[in-house]
Amino acid sequence: MGAGMTAPRGTPAAARGLGAAGHGTGHWLAQRASALALVPLTLWFVAALANDAATDLASLSAWLTSPINAILMILLLIAAFHHAALGLRVMAEDYVHSRARFAIIALIQLVCFGGAVAGIVATLLIAIDS
Amino acid sequence: MASLRPKSPNMQNYRPQLTSVMSFGHRLSGATLAVGVFGLSTWLVSAAVGPSAFETVQAIVFSVPGRSLMFLATLVFFYHLCNGIRHLIWDNVQAFSLPSIYIGGWIVLGTSLALTLGLWIWVLA
Repeated sequence: MGAGMTAPRGTPAAARGLGAAGHGTGHWLAQRASALALVPLTLWFVAALANDAATDLASLSAWLTSPINAILMILLLIAAFHHAALGLRVMAEDYVHSRARFAIIALIQLVCFGGAVAGIVATLLIAIDS
Repeated sequence: MASLRPKSPNMQNYRPQLTSVMSFGHRLSGATLAVGVFGLSTWLVSAAVGPSAFETVQAIVFSVPGRSLMFLATLVFFYHLCNGIRHLIWDNVQAFSLPSIYIGGWIVLGTSLALTLGLWIWVLA
């Protein structure tokens, strides 16, 4: 294409840099994989809470002292925050049309990562300390 | 500039249907649960910090507004879980005819309500 010409609409050049090309499948698959993981993990967690696993600090500490429970708790946190980050990102992509979109998506990733790390470290501290 | 162009779909022109309402409900429940997982992390961090921090968080959770939120959270959780499984079934191009989509929708609503009530009967009994 010569100097001074602009790419006509509908060509790859017109679309370049405007959005995902080839990354969508990975996002879709990660959302489904984390969803599948969350089915047993969330049901396990809700059942444990309903079964009085954490009515006070002593019972919560005793519960997380079990390696299986601590591992499942950490897996739940990873899957839940990953799934949340993926879902919130799609909402930002769909509803935010201003230049703030990039900042909001970056913030979603950072805040979800922070929430996951905080929960995992706390779980390990409770498991080890008690 | 881009905001002057017509946007689709123009939701205000559509009569709410089970399909569209449940689709938006999936997003809304997902966003609510995303807030919920931060609550879960906050709860765990408070337990790691010490007894007084944990007591503060527990007092909020077991207050009347806290209990109401916990009830709503379980309803939102079971809805997102059941409808999420419906989505996973659709991903395999199963139950994808219009009648099946409506039947599945009512099954999801009924099941999530039943699971919520069943859970609280278990907890409170």
